[in-house]
Amino acid sequence: MNNDEFNADLLKRSPGSPRTLFGILMTGLTFLSAGIALLPLVAVIGFVIAKGGSRIKLGVFTELPPTAYQVDGGGFGNAIQGTIILVVIAALISIPIGVLAAVYLTEFGKGTKLADWIRFFTNVLSGVPSIIVGVFAYGVIVLNLKNLGIGNGYSTFAGGFALSILMLPIIVRATEESLKLVPPEVRQAAVGLGATNFQTVSWVVLPAALPAIITGTTLAIARAAGETAPLLFTALFSQYYLPLSEKGPNALYEPTASLAVLVYNFATRPFENQKELAWAASLILVLMVLLTSIISRIATSRKVY
Amino acid sequence: MLNLKSLFQQSPITSPMTVNKSNVNQTEPVLRAENVDIYYGDFLAVKGISMDIPKNRITAFIGPSGCGKSTLLRCYNRLNDLIKIFRIGEQSKIYYHNQNLYAPDIDPVEVRRRIGMVFQKPNPFPKSIYDNIAFGPRLNGYKGDMDELVERSLRGAALWDEVKDKLKQSGLSLSGGQQQRLCIARAIAVQPDVILMDEPCSALDPISTLRVEDLLHELKEQYTIVIVTHNMQQASRVSDMTAFFNVEPTDKGGRMGYLVEYDRTEVIFQSPKEESTREYVSGRFG
Amino acid sequence: MTSLSKDSQPAVQPRSSLDKNLDRGFIWLTLLFALAVAGVLIWMTVVVGIGAIPAMLKYGVGFIFSSNWDAVNDEYGALPQLYGTLVSSIIALIFAVPIGLGVALFLSEDYLPTRIQVVIVFLVELLAAIPSVVYGLWGIAVLVPIMKAIGGQIYNLFGWIPIFGTPPSATGLGMLPAGLVLAVMVLPTIAAISRDALISLPPDLRQAAVGLGATRWEAIIKILVPAAFSGIVGAIMLALGRALGETMAVTLLIGNSNNISASILAPGSTISSLLALKFAEADGLQVSALMYSALLLFAITLLVNVLAEMLVRRVQRI
Repeated sequence: MNNDEFNADLLKRSPGSPRTLFGILMTGLTFLSAGIALLPLVAVIGFVIAKGGSRIKLGVFTELPPTAYQVDGGGFGNAIQGTIILVVIAALISIPIGVLAAVYLTEFGKGTKLADWIRFFTNVLSGVPSIIVGVFAYGVIVLNLKNLGIGNGYSTFAGGFALSILMLPIIVRATEESLKLVPPEVRQAAVGLGATNFQTVSWVVLPAALPAIITGTTLAIARAAGETAPLLFTALFSQYYLPLSEKGPNALYEPTASLAVLVYNFATRPFENQKELAWAASLILVLMVLLTSIISRIATSRKVY
Repeated sequence: MLNLKSLFQQSPITSPMTVNKSNVNQTEPVLRAENVDIYYGDFLAVKGISMDIPKNRITAFIGPSGCGKSTLLRCYNRLNDLIKIFRIGEQSKIYYHNQNLYAPDIDPVEVRRRIGMVFQKPNPFPKSIYDNIAFGPRLNGYKGDMDELVERSLRGAALWDEVKDKLKQSGLSLSGGQQQRLCIARAIAVQPDVILMDEPCSALDPISTLRVEDLLHELKEQYTIVIVTHNMQQASRVSDMTAFFNVEPTDKGGRMGYLVEYDRTEVIFQSPKEESTREYVSGRFG
Repeated sequence: MTSLSKDSQPAVQPRSSLDKNLDRGFIWLTLLFALAVAGVLIWMTVVVGIGAIPAMLKYGVGFIFSSNWDAVNDEYGALPQLYGTLVSSIIALIFAVPIGLGVALFLSEDYLPTRIQVVIVFLVELLAAIPSVVYGLWGIAVLVPIMKAIGGQIYNLFGWIPIFGTPPSATGLGMLPAGLVLAVMVLPTIAAISRDALISLPPDLRQAAVGLGATRWEAIIKILVPAAFSGIVGAIMLALGRALGETMAVTLLIGNSNNISASILAPGSTISSLLALKFAEADGLQVSALMYSALLLFAITLLVNVLAEMLVRRVQRI
C-alpha cells in the first residue's frame, strides 16, 4: 500500500454500518435485560413493604393468628416463636457437622479424590428441591416418631431436621470458602510451634476464619427461615404457641407454627385480615434476608476488596 | 541528560528522523508517532515518543521491563482502548499514512483490521485451526475462496505442511511454536498492512523461535513489522531498525518510559550514540 | 528431649498418648462428618425409594402414564404433574435464559464502573434470596390480576395457536404466571454462573479477537460466548434443576388442576405442588404414591444437577 493511494476514509467511523448498529442494538438489549431483571426485585420488595408495613404493630409479635371471622387484630407471635425454634434446631444440627466436614475438606483431605467426591455430593445436595428434603424428613422423623407412638409424628423436631439438611451444604461451602482465605503461613506457624492438628485447627485456623464462617452461617439461617416446602408435612402448623413451659423439651414433639407456613396458609384465604398478616409476615422474612445479605456483604467485602 | 527534547519537539512537518535520514536506507514511513505521552489514570507512563516506522522493514523495540515499549506498541492499533484508565496525551498524535489514529472520527475496529497484532503468549481461539484463520476474514466479509485464503495464510506462516491434514483439529492441540505461527497466520489472513508483535517468541523454545525469526524475514517483503523483544540477539538478527527505550523513576514515585535512541540496527548495536544504549545492548543492565 | 540432664526439667513434655489419640480422633471425626454430608444424599435416595416401593409394585411404570389421582379408589398416576413440571420449567427458561444471559454480559463487560457493577451483582443475587412463598404471595397480588387482564386478550388474538388455546381460568391462575415467577426465581442462577464463566475466560481471547478487527459484540458472540459455552449450559441446567423442584410459588400460582392442556393459559399442577397439597393429609397407599412421584422428581433433578455440576466443573478446570 502506498501513501498516495491510501484512502484515510476507510478508517473513519461509519455510524450507519450494520456492524455498528448491531453493536448498539446488543448493548441496548443487555441494558434492557439488566433493567428487566431488577424490576421484580424492586416490585417484590416495594409491595411487601407497602402492604406489610402498615400491618406491623406491636400486637402482631405477641398475639395468636386470627380466625377467619376475626376482622381485626391478631398476630403471629407463635409463628415467630416457631420459626426461631425451628432455626435453632436446624443450626444446632447443621453447624457442627457442616463446619467439621469443611475442616476435613480444606485441612486434612485437601486434594484427595475422596474430598473431591464429597464436595461433588455436597454441591448436588444443595440442588435437591426443598420439597424432597421435606419428604425425606417425613420418612426419617415423622414416620418413625409415629411408629414409636410419640404423638402423630408431625413435630417441630422434624421441621428443624428438614431445615438442617437444607442448611448443611450451604454451611459446608461457606466454611470451606472462609478456611481457604486463612493464609497457609498461619497454619505453618502453628505447626512449627509444635501444635497438633487439633490444636492448629481449633486454636488458630477456625478462630481466624470465624468472622467469615459466622457471616456464611447467618445467611444460611436467614434463608432457612424463609423455607416453606420442607415444613408443610413435618412441622405442619399450629394455632397456638409451643407449650415449652408446660412440657419442656417434649414440646418439640408437637407441630409448630412458622412464619413461612403462615404466609402460605393465609395467602389464599379470602379474609382481608389474614391476608394482611401474610404480607406482614412476608415483610419480616424479606427484611431478614435483606439485612443479613447486606451485612454479610459489607463484612466480606472489606476483606476481599 | 541528553538533548533529545529539542530533537523531538521539532514541528511535525520536518520528520524527527531528519538526523538519521542521511544514513538510513529509509523507505517512506507507515506509522509516525509524534510527541506521544501515555497515561494510566493520572500517572504518566510513557513520555514524549516521536519516531517513524518505515515501510516493509522490521523495527524492533528493545529496553528494560516497564519502559513502555509494549504499551507504545499497542497504541499503534488502539488495543489499549480495552484498558479503561488508558489515555493518550492531548498533544500526542499517531499517524498512519498521514491519518491521525486518535482523531475522534476514527473507528478503532477499522484500524485493527489494517494493523494486526501477534501476542506474547500464543492465544489461538478454542476453535479448529481452519476457523482460527477464517475468523478475521469472515468478520470482514471476505468474499473469495476461504479454503484458498486459509492455505495461503498458513503457507505464509510456514505452518501449512504441518497442519494441512488436520485443519479440523482444535488450534489448542498444536505445540506452542505451532500455536504462535497459527496466530501469525491468523493475523496475516486479514491481509493487514502492518503487523505488531509483542514479544512473540518469549514463550517459545529456541527451535520454534528460530522458525518464527526466519518467517519474519519472509514476511517483511509484504508487511511492515514492529516487534517488541527482550532478546537482544533477536533484535540484532531480525530487525532493520531498532529503538531503545529506557525507564526512569519520576518525582511522584512512579516510573516513566522514554525513547533513548532510534537508528538502524547495526548503529544501535555497534556504535550507539548514547552511553545507556551501549550499556543495555552489551548486557550490562536491564 | 529425654536426654536432657536430670537437674534441668525438660521445658517440653513429650506428647502424651492421650494427646495423640485426641488428634487422630479429631481427624477421623471431621472425615466422618464429611462423609455424613455426602451420605445424606444416599440416605435420602434410600428413604424416598423405600417409601415408594408399595406404589411402585402396584402401579409400576404405568404410574408415569396415568392421569388419575383418586384417593377413594386408590388409583394414582402422575402424568399431569410430570407434564406440568416440565412445561412450567420450560416457560421459566424461555424467559430466564435470554434475560439472564443479557444480565451476565452486562455484568461481565466494562459498561459500568466496578463499584456499581458490584452493587448490581449483589442485587441480582438478592433475587435468589427472597423466599419462594413471598414470590407466590406477590404473584397472587400482582401477576395474577395482570394475567386476568391480558390473558383474555392473548386468547382472543392468538387463541388459534394451541399454546394459547384456552381462555384463562377465572382465577387467573395457570401455567403462565407460575412459569413467569419461576423465571424470576431462576434468573439469578443463570446470570451469576454465566457471568463467572465469562469473566474467568483468559483476557487474551478478547484481545486476539479485537486485534483482528472484531467489534465488541463480534468478539462476544463469536469467541467469548462459545468459549464459555459449557459454563453457560451448566448455569442453565442448574436453573432448570431449581425450576423443576421449586414448590411454593408454583403451588400458589399454577392453579393445581389435575389436567393436561397444551395451553399455557390453562391451570395445571406439578409434582412439587402435588406433594405440597396432598402430603400432609395423605395416608396408606397415597403416601407411597406421593413418595413415588417424589422419587421421580428427585431422579430428574438429580440427573440435571449432576450434569450441570460436571459442566460447571469443566469450566473451573480450564
